[in-house]
Amino acid sequence: MNGTDKGMAERSMGFGLRALNRLAGSDLLDRIRIRKQVERALFRTTKNGFRSATAAGRTFKAAQNLAKPARQATGKPRGLFDITPDDEQEMFQEAVRDFAEQKVRPAAKEADAGCVTPDELLAQVNELGINMLGVPEELGGVVHEQAAVTSVLIGEALAHGDMGIAYAALAPGAVATAIAHWGSADQEATYLPSFAGQDIPAAALAILEPRPLFDPLKLETRARRDGADWVIDGVKSLVARAADCEIFILAADVDGEGPALFVAESGTSGLSVEPEPAMGLRPAATGRLVMEGVRLPAGALLGEGERETYLECIQRSRIAWSALAAGTAQAVLDYVIPYVNERTAFGEPISNRQAVAFAVSDIAIESDGMRLATYRAASRADQGKDFAREAALARRLCAAKAMQIGSEGVQLLGGHGYVKEHPVERWYRDLRAAGVMEGALLV
Amino acid sequence: MINLETPKKFKPLVGQANQVANEVFRPISRKYDLAEHTYPKELDMLASLIDGMNEGSDSGAGAAGVRRTSSANDEGGNRNGSNLSTVLSIIELCWGDVGLLLSMPRQGLGNSAIASVATEEQLEHYGGKWAAMAITEPEAGSDSAAIRATAELDGDEYVLNGEKIFVTSGDRADLIVVWASLDRSKGRAAIKSFIVERDNPGLKLDRLEHKLGIRASDTANFTLQDCRVPKDALLGSAEIDTKQGFGGAMQTFDNTRPLVAAMAVGVARASLEETREHLLEAGVEIDYAAPALSQPAAVARFLELEAEYEAARLQTLQAAWMADNGKPNSLQASMAKAKAGRTCVDVALGCIELCGSVGYAENGLLEKWARDAKILDIFEGTQQIQLLIVARQLLGKSSSELR
Repeated sequence: MNGTDKGMAERSMGFGLRALNRLAGSDLLDRIRIRKQVERALFRTTKNGFRSATAAGRTFKAAQNLAKPARQATGKPRGLFDITPDDEQEMFQEAVRDFAEQKVRPAAKEADAGCVTPDELLAQVNELGINMLGVPEELGGVVHEQAAVTSVLIGEALAHGDMGIAYAALAPGAVATAIAHWGSADQEATYLPSFAGQDIPAAALAILEPRPLFDPLKLETRARRDGADWVIDGVKSLVARAADCEIFILAADVDGEGPALFVAESGTSGLSVEPEPAMGLRPAATGRLVMEGVRLPAGALLGEGERETYLECIQRSRIAWSALAAGTAQAVLDYVIPYVNERTAFGEPISNRQAVAFAVSDIAIESDGMRLATYRAASRADQGKDFAREAALARRLCAAKAMQIGSEGVQLLGGHGYVKEHPVERWYRDLRAAGVMEGALLV
Repeated sequence: MINLETPKKFKPLVGQANQVANEVFRPISRKYDLAEHTYPKELDMLASLIDGMNEGSDSGAGAAGVRRTSSANDEGGNRNGSNLSTVLSIIELCWGDVGLLLSMPRQGLGNSAIASVATEEQLEHYGGKWAAMAITEPEAGSDSAAIRATAELDGDEYVLNGEKIFVTSGDRADLIVVWASLDRSKGRAAIKSFIVERDNPGLKLDRLEHKLGIRASDTANFTLQDCRVPKDALLGSAEIDTKQGFGGAMQTFDNTRPLVAAMAVGVARASLEETREHLLEAGVEIDYAAPALSQPAAVARFLELEAEYEAARLQTLQAAWMADNGKPNSLQASMAKAKAGRTCVDVALGCIELCGSVGYAENGLLEKWARDAKILDIFEGTQQIQLLIVARQLLGKSSSELR
């Protein structure tokens, strides 16, 4: 564990000691009884060596000392084809899977009905360190390389528990990731430390607008220059926990020149929220964000407002939603298998019929493809390769197959699938979001 | 560490295969589609070249590349071996022409079967020869347990009797791997495969089929009449193990289904690339940043097809990668075959619709690819058989419960 050992640092995927400490030191593991599994993973990790933080303690610096934006490095291109997560990723994946099974799934029905995710659950997600994956080490983060694949694995695992809770829980991380990837030194120093702390703010990346054929490249939200300030008008749709958010990142068209992102704090005058409950994702307490003459300082523009930045943001969010869709699709598969085996009709299990069995096969086949397409896009992002095509294809595939799977899940349970006694009706509503959402989450 | 790109070490191989596809297959593609039953003599030289590509490294380029070495996972780490390289090169070659690939000397599915289960002695004896595969019978297609061909031990020889149809390259190959039953009363477990030399006097060619597609590849029907083969022509174990059942004979499929899936991926890619060009000529460009549904309908349709292709391709690579790493991949092999088979038909037919008469007419190759595509959702296990296999595994069903 020699921090100056470059070879070891290069072999590692980029989790520092701090990431492991944070996870393994959490009481949460004891409270939800998953310490054993995590320690096994930790043992494997330490056995193989991992990168330790070179600096002693935090290297977080005050705003005025951060001369240039801190960025996580992209990983090196990898030589070999591989579908196995590395040890650190597996550790996160296992922890989140257990958390999703033991905490998220049992809470899902009530969170859906009440349109709210319990604070305790959100705090536990933060405790696992999930929302700080995008924060560079210099600002108190735990990961020194970009972690799109890790985000995908986590999103998938969490959405296996519940897609709406996953949306609520992961939304703040999108803001941290956006600022960490594209923000100025000042923006980073201002906002990122709070995402690396104990009390992570509710925050949302608001891009989607309420209109048919929404295209994130053609926004109706406008930002116009007024002296040194920006004045923003428009409406954003399906914003997670809109009423609780302290920080928003907004997408707006800049003087007709194309879209860019702006950072706004919730107290800003002219910003208001209204509830916008939807078909699904209800635990995320979705709302509309209304901007009426919202005046922001010049420094609110994220980074320098480059088009490339914005395109990358859209692509990363599509990968994130694909990951959630893949996780929930897997949940459908895992649920219908025992159901069709146990449910009898005409004197035998309904799974003895090809019409039923083939539907199960199709769910398995398509969810497998969804997962792989999403992994590929994310792994290209981590390697610094262009991933526009792969993100678009993962999105297209997941939008179509997620809904097919959601619908088939209800169908296989028949009338029982239509009532709230079983989760498939909820997944049916949630999975429609995979083809609707833009922005909001990032990998 | 997750990475789903073509491994760097196989890039030269993929490049070579692409060159072959582009410079050898494509120019004669239409010629042998029209001249069904004419042997593509251009392939002789090429076959030697492929043999050369197979030598030297573990990156197999052809049908024999599916052999699983026992050392597959000795290094403990991630391995990219000959299953993956074979799949990658087949994708390229079938991007060129799937019928011609199926006609390639020494690249038959029989070669894959031999490579999968032969002993070292058998490999030595039959290596370097072209082997076709004879499973199907007039009354036994997907239901290969219903095979009626028999093999009877007579001294040091087996005597084979029966009828075999749909034998790819059966007339052109040096060897035919024939499935026959040692004892029809014992069901699946008694079905074994036997290597028969093409010039065996007991093997009579009945006819060559006229087909919808893959017309460059010959499809032969045979009668086996007191066809005598030496005792060691039996592949695998001669024991009738009712517990292991069909496993022995079916083992080959876990290795060959990803290969057929790879063929489908290659055909699908050819269709998509051609269509992208035609759409561009028509002034329609695919934009990956804008949402599919806010672009022209043709773009939305293209993206839908390309997304299916992407999934099929990755599932195929996954199945091969698992084989390279000694992971049981029966489920993934069938999923890949099912997905790639149906995808390549949807893609090829969808591309014709997008290109209109340009796609439908024989001036181009889109219509040919759509005809070729259909067999890929049929042979080596139909779509429905793959779905059955997948379902039985997922649901824990026997073949008598889920029929």
